[in-house]
Amino acid sequence: MSILVDEKTKVIVQGITGRDGSFHARAMLEYGTQVVGGVTPGKGGQKVDTMPVFSTVAEAIAQTGAQCSVIFVPARFAPDAVREAANAGISLVVCITEGVPVLDMVDLYHELQEKNVRLIGPNCPGIISPGKCKAGIMPGPIHKPGSVGVISRSGTLTYEVVYNLTQKDLGQSTCVGIGGDPIVGTGYIDLLKLFEADEQTEAIVLIGEIGGDAEEKAAAFIRTFVRKPVVAFISGRTAPPGKRMGHAGAIISGGKGGAEEKVQALREAGVTVVARPDQIATALLSGDNLTTRSV
Amino acid sequence: MLQAYGVVVPQGVLAHSGPEAAQAAVRFGGQAVVKGQVLTGGRGKAGAIRLVSSEEEAAKAAGDILGMSVKDLPVKHVLVTERIDIQGEYYLGITIDRDAKSVVLILSASGGMDIEEVAASAPEQIRRLTLNGTADNAEALKGWLAESFSNELQCKQATEIVQKAYRLLREKDCSLVEINPLALTAQNELIPADAKVVIDDNALPRHPDIETLRNSEEYTADELEAREAGLSFVSLSGEIGCMVNGAGLAMATMDGIKLAGGSPANFLDVGGSSNPQKVLDAMRILLRNEELKVILVNIFGGITRCDDVARGILAARERLGISVPMVIRLVGTNEEQGRALLEQAGLIVASNMTDAVRDAVNCAREGGAKS
Repeated sequence: MSILVDEKTKVIVQGITGRDGSFHARAMLEYGTQVVGGVTPGKGGQKVDTMPVFSTVAEAIAQTGAQCSVIFVPARFAPDAVREAANAGISLVVCITEGVPVLDMVDLYHELQEKNVRLIGPNCPGIISPGKCKAGIMPGPIHKPGSVGVISRSGTLTYEVVYNLTQKDLGQSTCVGIGGDPIVGTGYIDLLKLFEADEQTEAIVLIGEIGGDAEEKAAAFIRTFVRKPVVAFISGRTAPPGKRMGHAGAIISGGKGGAEEKVQALREAGVTVVARPDQIATALLSGDNLTTRSV
Repeated sequence: MLQAYGVVVPQGVLAHSGPEAAQAAVRFGGQAVVKGQVLTGGRGKAGAIRLVSSEEEAAKAAGDILGMSVKDLPVKHVLVTERIDIQGEYYLGITIDRDAKSVVLILSASGGMDIEEVAASAPEQIRRLTLNGTADNAEALKGWLAESFSNELQCKQATEIVQKAYRLLREKDCSLVEINPLALTAQNELIPADAKVVIDDNALPRHPDIETLRNSEEYTADELEAREAGLSFVSLSGEIGCMVNGAGLAMATMDGIKLAGGSPANFLDVGGSSNPQKVLDAMRILLRNEELKVILVNIFGGITRCDDVARGILAARERLGISVPMVIRLVGTNEEQGRALLEQAGLIVASNMTDAVRDAVNCAREGGAKS
């Protein structure tokens, strides 16, 4: 088993007729994902290759039985696209879009909690369960099926880590990019729970970065509830305070959100924290150094 | 901005010289406060805020403050405001709580100080209230505020200020509205003596009026040009220019450079699109740095295509005349094509990030001699 998505997951793409949406819908389909269609308001009845286009998510669900939607619409329409998917009955929404205002996310987050809909992102690369399903924009071929679960706030840095894992023959159960914004739909702790319970996953890789205290909170959770070994990497250890480093959430402000506190908290929770992305694979392979917590 | 939302703020006049400040102080009968205007905190501590009692003192204070720098930012103008007879100072901030995914009100009776210092030294003095849902309920808000303010009139004023500041935060997409200090006057009035707002960059497209207020003093010329070109760039003090795609990988690259004993000249995320023009713009900004000894390109192609990056690099070499050595690492989408393009042009391409970082650091150490 993997988490969140597998070979049975039926996926639609909101914004499928756009440049990015159509490109990635094809790439997901080529990877073997069950992309059953897409949605663009007013373009129902068209097709993108073999994939039918619907005008609303509700129609798409009625016709295809879709459970997961991957969103590629521009930032100002993205919150409404997520709402539409949630209201129509999609249970897993992946929002790739970057640039959603944080106050929009405050409102959206609480609405989705009430509806019990899981949102991954925004501003994220999506989810992949290698060999089964790719609901996102990551390059498929660098992944390999296996037993390492990956959780990350970043995009390309995740590819870097996965590339190294695959080169060392360490396959992945599922890789999830949670997004680089201050408020995201699903955080580390939700995913740590899922990976801990997942039979396919034997070890967890956590990729964090400066800003906020999500890594510290994850460390506290790991200490008490995660038995599987965890290896972590934190980027931004040399970032200057007060400057936003690309991601909206990556800023050290008021002496908070620095990398060292995160590293410290994770180490205290028994997590192996490495200094370079390529050392993650090395740490996983030298298994005896990994702490297996008894809970 | 607070004033536009109906909050009463002290009257102030902007001045650029001693005589101008003296003239402004006349309006307040000489009893004034002269404040250096820079976009940073810690002005009080730096001596850039002074109380004056006459026009002459105002002129002298303005003269002193206009010559100084606060946290390396030169003071170019001062604000002369009426002097308030302050009996007490509060901190009042509204911001986003990332953990609670909510808007929170932060209140402390220790106003005037950095809230972070209060949080560290006396956390029990800080009170927090979740505002989504409660901000519209004046009675509930007033009840909560009653624990911090001593009489009915103060509570009423505080409630109004919170509601107005919350409306400002919501309507103008602020990630912070901070009133510090919120002064209590001898007349039992609450007046914001100083305030700061931070606007969410992601929301600027829907506030063109605010975009025009962007103050260029806060950014280096390179950072401003990068913003224009759609790049995410931060100037640093080192000698290895970095061009990376993706913020996480860009930070990890900087960290790798430091770990290998070098120092990065910048953070630069060329973004997820694969546009050779962006690479060219990025190179132009990097090359302007006189300290630059080597350029490290680290690309992991996902949406970004390696051949597009390669074309950008070649165009930059042709048009900009790159005078420093380049260490290039390309993997991912269209890696073979990108690599072929660069190798045909005599450039060496690495496929391993750790090796590329080490090569760049060694190269900088040798003074960027080899080309």
